[in-house]
Amino acid sequence: MNPYVPQLASIDQIRDEVAGERPIKTFQLSFQDENPQNTFKFNPGQCVMVSVLGEGECMFAVSSSPTEKGYIEVSVMKLGKVTSVLHQCEPGDILGVRGPYGNGFDVEGWKGKNIVTIGGGIGQPPLRSLIRYILAHRKEYGKLDIIYGARTSHDLSYKQEFFRLEDSDDADVHLSIDAPEEGWTRFVGFVPDNLLEVAPSPKNAIAVTCGPPIMIHYVIQNLLKLGFEEDQIFTTLEMRMKCGIGKCGRCNIGSVYVCKDGPVFSYQQLKNMKGER
Amino acid sequence: MEEMIIRKEKFHDLVERALKEYTVVAPVDNEGVVLFRRIATPSELTLEFSNTKIPAKSILFQQTETLFTFSQRESVTIDVPEDSEKVLLLGIRPCDAQSLAVLDHVFAGELEDPYVKKRENTVLIGLSCLAPEINCFCTSVGGSPFSAEYTDIQLTDIGENYYIEAKTDKGKKVLDGMSDLFRPATEEDTEKKKELEKKALDAMKRRMDTDDIVDRLENMFESSYWRKIALKCLGCAACTYACPTCHCFDMLDESAVARGARVRVWDSCMYPEYTRQASGYNPRPERMNRIRNRVYHKFNYYPKNWDIIACVGCGRCISVCPVNIDIIDVINRTCEAEP
Repeated sequence: MNPYVPQLASIDQIRDEVAGERPIKTFQLSFQDENPQNTFKFNPGQCVMVSVLGEGECMFAVSSSPTEKGYIEVSVMKLGKVTSVLHQCEPGDILGVRGPYGNGFDVEGWKGKNIVTIGGGIGQPPLRSLIRYILAHRKEYGKLDIIYGARTSHDLSYKQEFFRLEDSDDADVHLSIDAPEEGWTRFVGFVPDNLLEVAPSPKNAIAVTCGPPIMIHYVIQNLLKLGFEEDQIFTTLEMRMKCGIGKCGRCNIGSVYVCKDGPVFSYQQLKNMKGER
Repeated sequence: MEEMIIRKEKFHDLVERALKEYTVVAPVDNEGVVLFRRIATPSELTLEFSNTKIPAKSILFQQTETLFTFSQRESVTIDVPEDSEKVLLLGIRPCDAQSLAVLDHVFAGELEDPYVKKRENTVLIGLSCLAPEINCFCTSVGGSPFSAEYTDIQLTDIGENYYIEAKTDKGKKVLDGMSDLFRPATEEDTEKKKELEKKALDAMKRRMDTDDIVDRLENMFESSYWRKIALKCLGCAACTYACPTCHCFDMLDESAVARGARVRVWDSCMYPEYTRQASGYNPRPERMNRIRNRVYHKFNYYPKNWDIIACVGCGRCISVCPVNIDIIDVINRTCEAEP
């Protein structure tokens, strides 16, 4: 079977997450054939290649949880050629999907641990998958801290979802925006500062971060300050990708291919990886 | 029937018969440029050449290849081309044959590239090198001008005859029923072949120092050496197109109204667009990053991942480089470079 051939999937639903110059939309997709519909198994943190036939393909982290059956979701920022066309798509349109690719988060190994997710901007989708997975297996994990920020309140994705979660006992949600806004009573400042403010305990904890490279850099520094060990810190990386399966060459950091060996790496691994990123 | 002799004038009969069973791809001289081409008659091929301009990988990993076609009329459908063609790849040099063994690692695996099926359906008839070219250095990277390690059948030009060895079952099958074309090799023939091999080895003048190359590179990633090497480079990517082990590719859609194809084309790590992300961010923004990545991919990353150097010493990249960047020099001088 040619691994580059996608399964056909239809867009069931499109939700506007963020408006403006760089809008973000969440696409809910379901496979047309019954077989992949039932057999498409993935881990939070894994990625899929989404095709707009005639335009091309892009790699996205799945933003829904594998516990949600019958569909997958991807959240997409309009940025390049394919994502721009994707943003013009409508419910009922047919896309191609292949995957899942990469390692994903070690949700099995993290059972019983406290989980801290630290996300910024469009880095939140893989973390949302993890969060929703934990919520669906709530008793199997310890405390869940969700730290998530964006430039303005209008740039926060999944806003209603996290507002609702603020009122529940299932998670502690710590949202932030970069600059003050009227009516915003939550944290104002950058995500790494919010992390220091929340100051989660490293005891029996795993911290997972995804966002702009500069944010990840300071988040990791602050996690170390808080006493997290290098092997308690995880991040998920992004690179330009074409094949998604370690053959086309471009997503390597040294001898490591982000598409198949990652995209999830511990800080311990990351620190020892030589190469451009 | 292992080591046989075929008279040169009978070799066309062999190809003629093979053409009934196989698609034969062989070196063809196009006004001085020798390239692998499908042939319809034996008279089209030449076995008098040093090496093909474009390596043999182009037959199994085509420069442009349709991965699937699609139609978007009433419903959306995808069609995947069937590939069951039996190919006889004739006249492949030992370096190019070794390059396929290198490429096998990256294209095989759980998610198998279409290359793998093509490879299974292809029989390799190798051609020993009597006179290595000025930039050849296969003996530095595990090869040899007479190596038959990676071919199914090996041909050696020993004057009026070809010395022919069918080494694998795949190879033997091609020659099944052709015994009337051969006679067994005599001691004299074997001696002749050995002599020619020694001559070819003596003619191999250039040597790349690959001792501890993985470790040597490991410690000089940040060296200013790469910046110096990159000063000369034009970024034209000719080296990657001529390279038998370069496997980078791009995938793009060609479309007309309501139908189209996803096409795979060779790409090059020497181009800035290769790694540039939609945000504009590029992890390898400078030529230095790209040339260093190319050298590391072949002599550090690939050996680390697959335990094999991704260079077969064909010398093509040296010959085609418009500014004389010489990979042998680049590697040899890493010994003197500051870490």
